Amino acid sequence: MKSFLLPEFLVERDENRCIQCKVCITQCGFETHYFDEELGRVMHKEERCVGCQRCAVFCPTNALIIRPHPWNLRPHANWTKERYYDLTKQAETGGVILVGSGTDKPHRIYWDHIVLNASQVTNPSIDPLREPMELRTYLGSKPDALEIKDGELETELPPQVKLETPILFSALSFGAISYQAQESLARAAKEVGILFNTGEGGLPQSLKEYGKYAIVQCASGRFGVDLDYLENSAMIEIKIGQGAKPGIGGHLPGEKVSEIVSRTRMIPKGTDAISPAPQHDIYSIEDLSTLIYALKEATNYKKPVAVKIAAVHNSAAIATGIVRAGADVVVLDGLRGGTGAAPKIIRDNVGIPIELAIAAVDTRLREEGIRNRASVIAAGGIRCSADVIKAIALGADAVYIGTAALVAMGCTLCQKCYTGICNWGICTQDPKLAKRLNPDITTERLVNLVKAWSNEIKEMLGGMGINSVESLRGNRLQLRGIGLADWELKVLGIKGAGE
Amino acid sequence: MKDLERISNPFNDDKVIASCSIFGAMSLEGRKFSGKDIIRAIANMRDRGNGQGGGFAVYGIYPEYEDLYALQIMFQSRAAKDDTESFLKEYFSIAHSEEIPHREPKNISNPPLVWRYFVEPKRMEQRDLSDDDYVVEKVMIINTRIEDAFVFSSGKDMGVFKGVGYPEDIGYYFCLDEYEGYLWTAHGRFPTNTQGWWGGAHPFSILDWTVVHNGEISSYGINKRFLEMYGYYCTMHTDTEVVAYAIDLLMRKHRLPIEIVAKIFAAPLWEEIERMPEKERRLYTTLREVYGSLLLNGPFTIIIAHRGEMIGLGDRVRLRPLTAGVKDDMLYLSSEEAAIRLICPDLEKAWIPKGGEPIVGRLGASEVIHKKYEIGIA
Amino acid sequence: MKGIYLSKNGRVVVDAKDIYYRDLNRLLQKIFVERHPKVIELRNVTGQRYIGTRIRGEVEIDIFGTPGSDLGAFMDGPTIKVFGNAQDGCGNTMNSGRIIVYGHAGDILGMSMRGGKIFVKTDIGYRGAIHMKEYKEKIPVIVVGGTSQDFLGEYMAGGVVILLGLNNKSHRATFIGTGMHGGRIFIRGRVEDYQLGKEVGLEEPNEEDRKVLEENITEFCTYFGYEPSEILKGPFIKLYPKYLRPYGRLYAY
Repeated sequence: MKSFLLPEFLVERDENRCIQCKVCITQCGFETHYFDEELGRVMHKEERCVGCQRCAVFCPTNALIIRPHPWNLRPHANWTKERYYDLTKQAETGGVILVGSGTDKPHRIYWDHIVLNASQVTNPSIDPLREPMELRTYLGSKPDALEIKDGELETELPPQVKLETPILFSALSFGAISYQAQESLARAAKEVGILFNTGEGGLPQSLKEYGKYAIVQCASGRFGVDLDYLENSAMIEIKIGQGAKPGIGGHLPGEKVSEIVSRTRMIPKGTDAISPAPQHDIYSIEDLSTLIYALKEATNYKKPVAVKIAAVHNSAAIATGIVRAGADVVVLDGLRGGTGAAPKIIRDNVGIPIELAIAAVDTRLREEGIRNRASVIAAGGIRCSADVIKAIALGADAVYIGTAALVAMGCTLCQKCYTGICNWGICTQDPKLAKRLNPDITTERLVNLVKAWSNEIKEMLGGMGINSVESLRGNRLQLRGIGLADWELKVLGIKGAGE
Repeated sequence: MKDLERISNPFNDDKVIASCSIFGAMSLEGRKFSGKDIIRAIANMRDRGNGQGGGFAVYGIYPEYEDLYALQIMFQSRAAKDDTESFLKEYFSIAHSEEIPHREPKNISNPPLVWRYFVEPKRMEQRDLSDDDYVVEKVMIINTRIEDAFVFSSGKDMGVFKGVGYPEDIGYYFCLDEYEGYLWTAHGRFPTNTQGWWGGAHPFSILDWTVVHNGEISSYGINKRFLEMYGYYCTMHTDTEVVAYAIDLLMRKHRLPIEIVAKIFAAPLWEEIERMPEKERRLYTTLREVYGSLLLNGPFTIIIAHRGEMIGLGDRVRLRPLTAGVKDDMLYLSSEEAAIRLICPDLEKAWIPKGGEPIVGRLGASEVIHKKYEIGIA
Repeated sequence: MKGIYLSKNGRVVVDAKDIYYRDLNRLLQKIFVERHPKVIELRNVTGQRYIGTRIRGEVEIDIFGTPGSDLGAFMDGPTIKVFGNAQDGCGNTMNSGRIIVYGHAGDILGMSMRGGKIFVKTDIGYRGAIHMKEYKEKIPVIVVGGTSQDFLGEYMAGGVVILLGLNNKSHRATFIGTGMHGGRIFIRGRVEDYQLGKEVGLEEPNEEDRKVLEENITEFCTYFGYEPSEILKGPFIKLYPKYLRPYGRLYAY
């Protein structure tokens, strides 16, 4: 069928600058560029371009400019270019439209409507360069009270995990991302004293040494889940949902199920790795409790068990159920959270923004008097250290970063993660592409990011006159809203600026 | 009008979400037995609940007042009792009333006052309301208008006993080991978004219909709005309430048999309907067309009881467990087989019913059950 | 210690009556580590969960009564014999070992099973063998003497399921093998097309399949006293995944 769609991107090659070195040809896994023997020069097929900018970045003479194709339909506020494009694609394929990464729709970003406080006169701001500034955070269930007899601690605390800064790498599964990318995350986590998350694809044998820094996921596909995997971890996470695709499962496309992925996941090579929508042993809150305690039994009550849900309408109620079901940590993943593959229609339309979910959940857990019984991790579209600090002030203990970590590794958000081709070597199992990612360098990039953010967090904390992050946690007085309606301020539990 | 919704659903959630263990036992010969074993059985599934609710329904306990409505009412204040009693006196002749005997509470706190009244409607004015409808109307008035009062049950020769706590502690509190009935149902609750409130525990009841339920009904939003058209208001925002009212509507008012009601709640898939012979196909198609808004979509298992009958039913793709067992005249239904075996180790048969197919135990129908089901799965 | 004694033949016997699952499992682990028994016999089991979960290694656990949910979840090594029925979640994500049920089993039997074998004398509930896996020689097996309820082998990615339909049990399950993309299901007796998931194909077992059937049915018979040659007469059908990627064509890339 002749496609009625024009290419999404334009490749503009400055012939005066191009030296015919063919770097662009080797860099593009989508085979956009090619050498025309007859013409004796490099040409391109624009319909193959995904706009990832790899060729432009690696072009030694800056001869390439990749930009969105300007094809213009008559402007229409309802039938936008995107609607037209998707609809036409579906008419031509009959398919559910897939995308990668978090939603690109302009859902309200509450972070940008919240401002922070700083000390002036009545209490002093603190200079983090010279004075102590503590970001250490412990995740896990805390008892209602401690019992101390004759100076001896009588209470035995449930298992806790230590973070040197309240940031963790979000679930990125081996299979979705390359071995090199997972290795980089693991090494960076170790270096900065935080944790990475294996996602649901298991942990390859050769990365076992990083188990101490791993949150191991137990998701609906149960890939790679055995006692070794569970025991060799810092924490276990039951994945119920994901912000980018609440309520649905995932299919890791067969292209990405290579030999080592097949071994780690225990499924045939080349098949789709199917994660069903629900965990089929959990159809109800008491079933969740059954799985939480199955995992605790399996690990002799030595690992905290987290439960990750997508932020949805009833998150507050669900979160209290999760805590009462015995979870040590509740993870909330918001509407803008990323993914390696999701139906676009789900990604862009289902779920609620993380800011509202954090506030609602923290408020409810406090009202029910059980906030201490579990830690809360927020995820889904955390872009900078200000987002982190606002999340914590709203009530999170720590945040997951996924997309931010990918960008640190080189991701340019081309949204084609589901194709198995990633020119940046992150989201692919093609050995030629994956080896582009040098774990030594990528680890450094990730470490730099976490350090930079931590320093910024310290600066902001100092400005508020706070020298330990636990004084910020749930301290909503440090926040004010701008341009928010009354109901939004109410849900967030903050005042308007100037109030 | 008092705001029951606020008591039952203090956070104004879309609905109150709870999950649970359920248990039922019935002598199909009408032989009465004590609640002692029922308490043991439901206690054995303690890990399915979280201590936020437990309750029992029992049939055949008030033979001396067999023909009178037994109103079991909880009061959270003395004033509520006075108000309710003057209301009752106006609309009913009260043959007998007493506080429901109880023991010192064990592991439960702040039990309300619970009384029972054996009453007959005073039909002086009354329009053409049936006695049952008259009672329903008055029960709704007490529940929605009298502060701090709530009717646990309102049927004849039966009663509901429930509260906040683990079911075994509720059973102990109400001395249920000292009652003898021919049909018992029991419930252990795991609510996620409600604070303990004694009226919110299961069983839910209207007249002598009681429902215990495990699961969360995703179609709640429309089930509730459909029932509103027929004058039922789900004041407590629980999906169990929906089931109780839907049963009252379909079985008592629309006079549909349980076998049909089961197919409304757990409708066969269209694909299955397509394969049916013409006559059945028409029936099931029509059922779905007319009562589609009462399809209970999502995971559920329920045990419905009323005088002389106990019914177990799971959703059409069986997302919640149910095991049935029989021994002589006894029919058992339970979330877990272990609970049945605990009190009846030498069951003759135990089987796992297919989703959407009701297990119906009727007085005098012991043989039917024995013949109909095989060991294993049905 | 509460309820333990050694019986004459050297089995360790535990009376599980009124012991909470956490204490029971802790006790089992302790017995296993300290006494290295060949057989641990559990009496009066009434719904205790996760039996066998934490024990890694070879030991036989004989269960009298009704074990609770998630029997042998994540299990790695032991052989469990249930002299009664098993509830839901039996063999959940099991890695190796054996579970032999001298009765029926509930829903999601062998969910995401990775290795080992489960033998059930009579029937099983919904979603048996859901998302079972395999890798090279590590192939989990489930043999069911009777029949199954709906969604057997849903999302199956590997492993072997054998449904014997003994005692003239007819197979009423629908959605068999729906979403299946690996492994094999063998059914003795008749199933109609509409009972099968869209993703499965149907064929006669081949030579290699016959060997698998023979080996596992013979083992089944050693536990439950049937005659293998009788059962092996069949007739058997084999269900296999038609596509490696059942949903590959659902999407527009």
